[in-house]
Amino acid sequence: MTMTQPLTADGVGASARRPDADAKVRGDFAYSSDLWHDAMAWGATVRSPHPHARVVSVDASAALALPGVHAGLTAADVPGVNRYGLEKRDQPVLAEDVVRYVGEPVAVVAADTPELARRAAGLVEVAYEPLPALTDPERALESPALHEGGNLVRHLRIRRGALARADVVVTGEYEVGMQDQAFLGPESCLAVPAEEGVELYCSTQWLHIDQDQLAGCLALPKEHVRLTLSGVGGAFGGREDLSVQAHACLLALRLGRPVKMSYGREESFAGHVHRHPARMRYEHGATRDGRLLYVKADILLDGGAYASTSAAVTGNAACFATGPYEVPAVEIDCRSVYTNNPPAGAMRGFGAVQVCFGHESQMDKLAAALGMDPVELRLRNAVSTGSTMATGQRVEGPAPVAELLRRVADRPLPPPAADDPRLLPGGTSNSTRADRLVRGVGYGLSVKNICKSAGYDDYGTARVRLFAHEGEAVAEVHTAAAEVGQGLVTVQAQIARTELEVARVTILPADTEVGDAGTSSASRQTWMSGGAVRAACLAVRARLLERAAALLGEPAGALTIGGGAVTSSARSITLAELLAEGDVDETAVFRHRFTEALDPETGQGDAHVAYAFAAHRAVVDVDPELGSVRVVEIACAQDVGRAINPVAVEGQMHGGIAQGLGLAVMEEIRLRDGRILNPSFTDYLIPTTMDMPPTVLDILELPRPDSPYGLTGVGEPPLLSAPAAIAAAIRDAVGPAAAAALDRIPMTPEAVATAVLDA
Amino acid sequence: MEAGESLLFLLRERVGLPGSKNACEQGECGSCTVYLDGTPVCACLVAAGQAQGCEVVTVEGLADGDELHPVQEAFVEAGAVQCGFCTPGLLVAVHDLLARCDDPDEPQIREALAGNLCRCTGYEKIFDAVRLAAGRSR
Ligand code: FES
Ligand code: FES
Repeated sequence: MTMTQPLTADGVGASARRPDADAKVRGDFAYSSDLWHDAMAWGATVRSPHPHARVVSVDASAALALPGVHAGLTAADVPGVNRYGLEKRDQPVLAEDVVRYVGEPVAVVAADTPELARRAAGLVEVAYEPLPALTDPERALESPALHEGGNLVRHLRIRRGALARADVVVTGEYEVGMQDQAFLGPESCLAVPAEEGVELYCSTQWLHIDQDQLAGCLALPKEHVRLTLSGVGGAFGGREDLSVQAHACLLALRLGRPVKMSYGREESFAGHVHRHPARMRYEHGATRDGRLLYVKADILLDGGAYASTSAAVTGNAACFATGPYEVPAVEIDCRSVYTNNPPAGAMRGFGAVQVCFGHESQMDKLAAALGMDPVELRLRNAVSTGSTMATGQRVEGPAPVAELLRRVADRPLPPPAADDPRLLPGGTSNSTRADRLVRGVGYGLSVKNICKSAGYDDYGTARVRLFAHEGEAVAEVHTAAAEVGQGLVTVQAQIARTELEVARVTILPADTEVGDAGTSSASRQTWMSGGAVRAACLAVRARLLERAAALLGEPAGALTIGGGAVTSSARSITLAELLAEGDVDETAVFRHRFTEALDPETGQGDAHVAYAFAAHRAVVDVDPELGSVRVVEIACAQDVGRAINPVAVEGQMHGGIAQGLGLAVMEEIRLRDGRILNPSFTDYLIPTTMDMPPTVLDILELPRPDSPYGLTGVGEPPLLSAPAAIAAAIRDAVGPAAAAALDRIPMTPEAVATAVLDA
Repeated sequence: MEAGESLLFLLRERVGLPGSKNACEQGECGSCTVYLDGTPVCACLVAAGQAQGCEVVTVEGLADGDELHPVQEAFVEAGAVQCGFCTPGLLVAVHDLLARCDDPDEPQIREALAGNLCRCTGYEKIFDAVRLAAGRSR
């Protein structure tokens, strides 16, 4: 069957309507923060005010004395292993003898109302003995260990080729600040005690890994911890780690009563991991005609107080440190360390965003040193199919890097700024005029892995049931895959429509009653769970044909399915008739090809399933005196393999670009002594309608040979090189002298104005 | 009702209308936007007591029974809904914008929605939805 045209209306390739959209626009869609149970109590968390301290005592008696307060739990009340974590279980559900970051949970309380629970949390008396805080990651390795085994989470070396003498050498040091996922839906859940164990309704990116960790903490068999996904208000990596889940379950099981927890915005900043801040030192060597000879990179990631996904982020930052370029020799060292800063973990782009700012800044610097056009330099070194990456892995499948860059570079440039204050830097504050502005143009190219890497045995599971209802065949799709806003439910329905050629498809709520789907991250879920749904549909099809073959007395191979019937040369039988003898119900597991771990000495190996690429061009206007920046336009070209749902693909690209713009010019969690100084949307700014410029998309569809329908992951690439392109455009606007000092994102107005002044 | 309780809390936790959202509860995100006597407000900034005797219309009140309001339908069709957490507040804001001006240009749309944060869509499809709804209502 070829898949170039949707066979059924709203099948693969169509911009089908979201099955959850009506409920969402009516306000009827139940997010985890909307959950309600008549008998429920509310939980609240007591958090450490210290970045590092010994916990001397915890006393909840004053809280428990309040009428309506029913529980105050500490580490001693955790029935199982008081540890969780995605890669390494090093994080306590509730702190024991030590707290390692500001905001670390120390105790939880439950009360009849949210207000009372908050008050009770405030009455829990915790005696601390402050310890010296390690907040500078550069000093982590020489400081006293925060965890057994020392402060190094992971050091990955990549060595390939011999560093040759280069005609031109450029060096640079770059920094990326701590970005927050800032999903709008707060962390929240409802835990309901059951006859056996607990039922948890929550927003997460991966139900089964939550279940696995919770079972360990609660000392329950996994099957007694049943999770159902509730409405998720965005994720972007920030819902991979547990937040409210274990606390709510502990309270519910202790009270024998449903317990709801929901964070406010300030608590949310303490309640989830953030993007790793990075410090990067680079050296690029090239020939006079602009061929890269070698890249040296030394990268330090601040992992904060607990490991979370730091090891995998370290792997990604190292693997993609040289960007989508052919480099004969590399010497890369990437380290992540423990500190007493808030824990860092997954955020969209996962290590590749930080190094993209580094390698793209270097490419611009190299172009300037060579007197070469930055686009030309990139084209000269871009990887293509068959190229070798820094890890020695050959690029298989489409790799249209040069084409993507040409497409954004060839677009006409937007007209100069008009004198409408709404479209000038600073916006309606009317702080500048069009004739004071300088314009700049910058480029970014990026690469990232799609799916999980380095030998991880990753899979998705789907169950598809076909049954007759009112004379019509209906397909029911059940997976544990998390719909977090990206439109996975739409895609699952589209695949079922296409494969089974039925119009009616129901997507069941995701829960742990069906097999593991893996995580909604790493741009993998359409590939993996989409692949599983397709495989289950094909199994259903085969069963249907067998049934029809027996009834029609013809070999299954001579039959076709279509138009709600199975047809042979002579006769036809409707699906509803076929299903009268019983439903067809199939479960399938889908795996991608195996990958291997990287060699611990050389960092070489076929570690990645697939590479995805994106190119960005940014145009900015800068008021050099004020340092204020307006991004005028962003163009992004991306190869998506096959757009299963074009509107959803565009939505991912727009959203990724917006988060990239945020990181480039405005978003940073500011810390002092490990404390977050700006935990609110008043002080942590994310792009608004006034900050976002028009975005111009160019979507290539070069089908991959090794994925369902030829698709590739689309969620992360549109973010990757957006910050680098915007930063390059700002540097282009202010000129080379000031540009040299602009080595950090976000590039704030203060940084830009200072760089201009000092130049 | 407790003293200091917001209109948003009243709607969500007491009246059983959780459609209006609670992304910041500080007046910064617009996810809680509702009509108060015909004027869009951030329900998280309005004390519940202040709303006494006022007419409140939330996202739950926009559709006409089974029939989505044209603004709601446009959001669905244009792909303006991803996670949808910003959607209830944006729908009220767009409903209000189109009631005041049936053919807003892009800067007007951007300005009118500047108080409504969306983390998923980058706003492009939301602008598409506004234009789609405006075109249909003219
Ligand atoms: S919740 Fe009211 S403005 Fe954010
Ligand atoms: S759709 Fe998720 S915040 Fe707007």
